[in-house]
Amino acid sequence: MRDDALSGGFTDAPVEAARAFRAALEAMARPGSLHEVAGAEAPAPLSTAAAVLLLTLCDGETPLYLAPGHDTQPVRDWIAFHVGAPLVGPGEAMFALGQWDALAPHDAYAIGTAEYPDRSVTLIVEMPELRAEGVRLTGPGIETEAHLALPETAAFQRNAARFPLGWDCYFTCADRLAALPRTTRTEAL
Amino acid sequence: MTAMQHDPAYNFAYLDEQTKRMIRRALLKALAIPGYQVPFASREMPMPYGWGTGGVQVTAACLTPEDRLKVIDQGADDTTNAVSIRKFFERTAGVATTEHTNEASVIQTRHRIPEAPLGAGQILVYQVPIPEPLRFLEPRETETRKMHALEEYGLMYVKLYEDIAHNGAISTAYAYPVKVEGRYVMDPSPIPKFDNPKLESGAIQLFGAGREQRIYAIPPYTQVVSLDFEDHPFEPSKADHDCDLCGCGTSYLDEVITDDAGGRMFVCSDTDFCAARQAEGHRGRLSGEDAA
Amino acid sequence: MYVAVKGGERAIDAAHEWLAEERRGDPQVPELSLAQIREQMSLAVNRVMAEGSLYDPELAALAIKQARGDLIEAIFLIRAYRTTLPRIGHSRPVETSAMRCDRRVSATFKDAPGGQVLGPTFDYTHRLLDFKLAAEGEAPVARQAEPTLAPTPRITEFLNRDGLIQDEAHSDETPPDMTRQPMEYPADRSTRLQALTRGDEGFVLGMAYSTQRGYGRNHPFVGELRIGAVEVEMEIPELGFDICIGEVTLTECETVNQFMGSKTEPAQFTRGYGLVFGQTERKAISMALVDRALRWEELGEENVGAPAQDEEFVLAHSDNIQATGFLEHIKLPHYVDFQSELELVRKMRREVEGSMKEAAE
Repeated sequence: MRDDALSGGFTDAPVEAARAFRAALEAMARPGSLHEVAGAEAPAPLSTAAAVLLLTLCDGETPLYLAPGHDTQPVRDWIAFHVGAPLVGPGEAMFALGQWDALAPHDAYAIGTAEYPDRSVTLIVEMPELRAEGVRLTGPGIETEAHLALPETAAFQRNAARFPLGWDCYFTCADRLAALPRTTRTEAL
Repeated sequence: MTAMQHDPAYNFAYLDEQTKRMIRRALLKALAIPGYQVPFASREMPMPYGWGTGGVQVTAACLTPEDRLKVIDQGADDTTNAVSIRKFFERTAGVATTEHTNEASVIQTRHRIPEAPLGAGQILVYQVPIPEPLRFLEPRETETRKMHALEEYGLMYVKLYEDIAHNGAISTAYAYPVKVEGRYVMDPSPIPKFDNPKLESGAIQLFGAGREQRIYAIPPYTQVVSLDFEDHPFEPSKADHDCDLCGCGTSYLDEVITDDAGGRMFVCSDTDFCAARQAEGHRGRLSGEDAA
Repeated sequence: MYVAVKGGERAIDAAHEWLAEERRGDPQVPELSLAQIREQMSLAVNRVMAEGSLYDPELAALAIKQARGDLIEAIFLIRAYRTTLPRIGHSRPVETSAMRCDRRVSATFKDAPGGQVLGPTFDYTHRLLDFKLAAEGEAPVARQAEPTLAPTPRITEFLNRDGLIQDEAHSDETPPDMTRQPMEYPADRSTRLQALTRGDEGFVLGMAYSTQRGYGRNHPFVGELRIGAVEVEMEIPELGFDICIGEVTLTECETVNQFMGSKTEPAQFTRGYGLVFGQTERKAISMALVDRALRWEELGEENVGAPAQDEEFVLAHSDNIQATGFLEHIKLPHYVDFQSELELVRKMRREVEGSMKEAAE
């Protein structure tokens, strides 16, 4: 295990995790809104925002899938030390982390069951950039409409169509994040 | 408004970090599936079940040191259980508290939604005794879970319709069921049905039921419809009076017995709302000269 | 002039002061020590440990003192404390067949290898108030015998050897922890047993009694009831083997229940199982009867609609901390909801009176 695996976690976990969660909560409650987070530094290619989400939401009880590109030894070591999430394949994951294309096929993940739609994956999608423009978003959490540059729309439309089943997404880039729950309707402009 | 240091004998906001992560994951799924009750491994809290343990766990999982917390019970900041919960968070989270709705970033409530509209930057946390809206029609969890899965809500409509047939009106006055975003029938907690229209809000609304181990949520700007019939539309109702202290004609009122000869008065249930109106100079029927 | 009620905080502080004073009682009477409670109220301590799910006689004694002897309140204190404790590790399953028995009785056999041991039981005492106890200073000493070093194998194992009792499935899987996972129905047997062992003694007793009176009768015999100390072992990964980290006293009850057989199974006996912290035999026997009643489905028996056969009913209502909290919360203010009902009743009355008046005119 390299030295950088041991650093880059929260220095004051209860308070930093609380602030990070509020950003994550606001993001999920208001799809497309952008939020800055801080407190984590993980080995590349893991962004600060994705690392903060892992520290805030994941632990030994949350099976995690690392998509190709993020499944590197330094990332594994960092997660083993700071998060402790068991690494699994896409089908068993509660959280999945990687770039959008690397996470494909996107129908390989748990979408919940009719009786337990919450037993579904949360995707943490690393983005080259995160901009509040492009695809039009409507639905719960959005007063009129919001905009977010998405890697595509078809997969999100298919996901929304099977509501209440489906997965939910965080998008991360550097120290910023946004979210798109299964309820959001997407429309390419 | 007061701020203090949190008691170092406890973790920030009392709960350990693993418990908070578990609650936080449930909250995010609850927002993603509005109105659906997410099971969570509720912890035993140092206050009794039925006294807001679900709301307290949700609030504890949401609080940051920068927050300003308001706690109300029956609309009032000074009811004993609201005082007790506020003290708990002052001690364990060192968080600033306030009685002013517009200053609060997190509001924990039992039985009311504040009169003043809530918006961005605000979270309303409800204490929920029985989260399952179908529970009094079907006591079995295994059955009600299937009914939600199949969107089979006929039993609920039958019950409401039987009310009309027997009494000429729907006899549910509080905890009046709603349908969220056209999918899940949800119990809004025992708020008076007067408050139901305020469930469509700009704030984040989170519901915690500790004993029953359920969390659910309504994101901002989500459609929330009170169940009704075309020929018997939903009617939010209140006492047909104005507030005797601030004169407000549109707020929810408490009826207070003032003597043993049938004397009574009506006052706003939302104490902060009423005090703010009085401070602005509004007067009611029984306001003394010195009321301000 | 009306002034809204203020001063909730002062009222609470004053109530707490009064409570503390009442808890101490008359200061002329010496204060109870935790050691006195632990040693002389040991069955109360055991109940608090069992239903509080925390094996610590000293803390249970403290909880009883703080709760003024209200055992449900004491259990609540222990539960609230327990949830704040970090999980350092998991023990190996305890081996109750290696128990150092203080008491061991079987109702199904006159005698068995290892012998019957009555132990410190109320069973054959005549329930006459002993006024000598009202005087202080007595310290009775019981007669001693040589401890038997012979092993005390479980009685049901003798039946098992002949295939007369159903074998239980063996598993090395870590059972779910009901204090860390939300309850889900149908529950597995391990979860049911967890709920029963921490369930309210009175509730579990009542449920068990109902099966004896015909509400889901399952013909139980106490195959064996044993009380004693067992070693708790923990695997230390750095060492690569198990070490003993302490001892706990447990009460274990296995019932032997008649089973007529089904299309797929020959007639044989089946078991109900109870295992509870401390010397708590009423609870352990009750638990075994209710466990057996809840097994109707896996044993292919008929559900006769008895309360003790109803898993959701039993498990959802056995916890006295949940029950007492929700029951007592109705004394909190509910005037907002009451007002809403009041308005509705007034409105409905006005409408009926209006239509009656119209009809009269």
